Amino acid sequence: MKIASKLQLAGAGVILLVLPHVAGPYWTNLLNDMGLYTILGLSLNLILGQAGLFHMGHTAFYAVGAYTTAILATKFDVPILWTMPLSGLLAGLFALLAARPVIHLRGDYLLVVTIGIVEIVRITLVNNVFGLTGGSNGLLIVNPISIFGFEIFRPIHFYYLILALAVITIILFYLLHNSRFGRALNYIKHDELAAESSGINTTHYKLSVFALGAVWAGMLGTIFAAKIETVSPQSFSYSESVLLFAIVILGGPGSIPGVLLGAFLITGLPELFRELQSFRLLLFGAAMVAMMIFRPQGLIPPRRRVYDVQKYLARFPCAISSRVPNSGAGTAGTPAPNPSTAGAE
Amino acid sequence: MIEFFQQFTNGLAVGGIYALIALGYTMVYGVLKLINFAHGDLFTFGSYLGMTFLISFALSGALPPVLAVVIMFLMVMGCVALSGYLLEKAAYLPLRHTPRLTAVVSALGASIFLQNAIMLFYGPNYEVYPDSLRISSSVNLLGLDVPVMRIIMLSISILLMLALYFFTQKTKLGTAIRAVATDQAAARLMGIDVNRIISLVFMIGPALGGAAGVLLGLYYGQIRYDMGTMYGLKAFIAAIIGGIGNIPGAMLGGMLLGVLEAMGAAYISPAWKDALAFLILIIILIFRPTGILGERTAEKI
Repeated sequence: MKIASKLQLAGAGVILLVLPHVAGPYWTNLLNDMGLYTILGLSLNLILGQAGLFHMGHTAFYAVGAYTTAILATKFDVPILWTMPLSGLLAGLFALLAARPVIHLRGDYLLVVTIGIVEIVRITLVNNVFGLTGGSNGLLIVNPISIFGFEIFRPIHFYYLILALAVITIILFYLLHNSRFGRALNYIKHDELAAESSGINTTHYKLSVFALGAVWAGMLGTIFAAKIETVSPQSFSYSESVLLFAIVILGGPGSIPGVLLGAFLITGLPELFRELQSFRLLLFGAAMVAMMIFRPQGLIPPRRRVYDVQKYLARFPCAISSRVPNSGAGTAGTPAPNPSTAGAE
Repeated sequence: MIEFFQQFTNGLAVGGIYALIALGYTMVYGVLKLINFAHGDLFTFGSYLGMTFLISFALSGALPPVLAVVIMFLMVMGCVALSGYLLEKAAYLPLRHTPRLTAVVSALGASIFLQNAIMLFYGPNYEVYPDSLRISSSVNLLGLDVPVMRIIMLSISILLMLALYFFTQKTKLGTAIRAVATDQAAARLMGIDVNRIISLVFMIGPALGGAAGVLLGLYYGQIRYDMGTMYGLKAFIAAIIGGIGNIPGAMLGGMLLGVLEAMGAAYISPAWKDALAFLILIIILIFRPTGILGERTAEKI
């Protein structure tokens, strides 16, 4: 990493750490929402951006997580943070169950089915199944999150919790992007048939990424439940799913910086133009159409993967020693990357 | 048994609305392989336009009711067809040769735009259709009291569907639409102006959707700016049930979904009515992804 970008990163870190002290509770609350949408967007990005599966039902998994926490906390008095792993696990299991029969569906069919999953989950919650979900009023959580006796209930407390989660998420998903798993997902996105022919078990990978994204959304549901205090079905509607979908698509599917920017713009901009309150969704719809016409790859499209073949070959001295003295590195015929052409898509 | 038949006729009446909307989805999907998410909102638009024409032009007072309704239907269909045409030019034409996700997102954006435009113009509350036109009497049919409104609705939707069926099967333009749906490149080689056909499809579909909107307003008496989302999704499900891209399939699927939903609401629970449609969709896609009448299986789904 260059010094300049290190400095930039450090600067951004300092700003993020100081920000809530400058901003006041109202804006901190907004920053928290932004953070939640960012992490949710990143987890949806795994499915929609990396693997290219048209998934519009992410709020269903979020809802499973939030309700797991709410039910355990209100009916069984379980400390909230302890419910987080279970929320993730249940959301992941639900995703596996829901996605297994429909995972083979092509593009827009999957889209409609995932919308259906959101609606079915929402209606189930409204109908107060087994008397657990509290119907359309939802559930009220009274006890706050506590970490080693420290109680988290003010916006600024949540801010640091969400920031920490966001940083962990970004690092993990960045590593995942550059792993064997991430490469397989990208392969499936670009050409599923070719991926399958070269030995990638596409169903396995598609299901895994669904489950992984859902686990993340479920765990985030716990934080959301603790923050909002009243967990009700309105928070998990179809339009919420569309919003998340738009964050990934407008930001740049498959690109982590893109999703960060998308979440920032979509949750932040409407607040800055509060006078235009009633027009904002109108403008949002128009912006979606315009984006697709003028910049369909998103604001920050993912960078093309670049591999340094010479460096890779250097790990095999025998291969180098037999070839390099004759041909010379970097001349025609050597598959060395050319940074100027291979930089971006 | 009487309860059963009442639900059956109610289901058929609502199913007619689903079928009319589903035709717009299925025709657009047939020619462009695109889910036109904004179609449900064009349906809402038609519904509101019908109300506007009836109230502000005082159609219901100045003319005999039947004539007023016929004129209103024609005006609504014309206006919604025009907006469908404009929608295609603005949101879909520039995306003809891009990956499919792009056009789907554009459709979602157009849907959000239309829905909020309607809300800003008419307000976010329920609007009421003029009562004078809603016939509340019922006739005795084979020992059953069937509301006249249901019979009128069913006849209008069947009439429109028959008209569309003959148009697509018997006329030259209809043949051209089917040709474009089957193979765009080949249709172009045969001298068919594909862009004009697509424009035409984007006018016929919304016109039928607008008519469905008016029917819904007359049937339930109240409409809301965001009803297009749910009706649109259900109509799309109806189109999949019948076999997407297949015009008789959309009609059958719509009627079937309407009846199943009415039965589900009556015998299972009204609260689960909306979930039922999605459940049917998932089951259909697992066991028969091409739908009931769909036969083209060249593209694996």
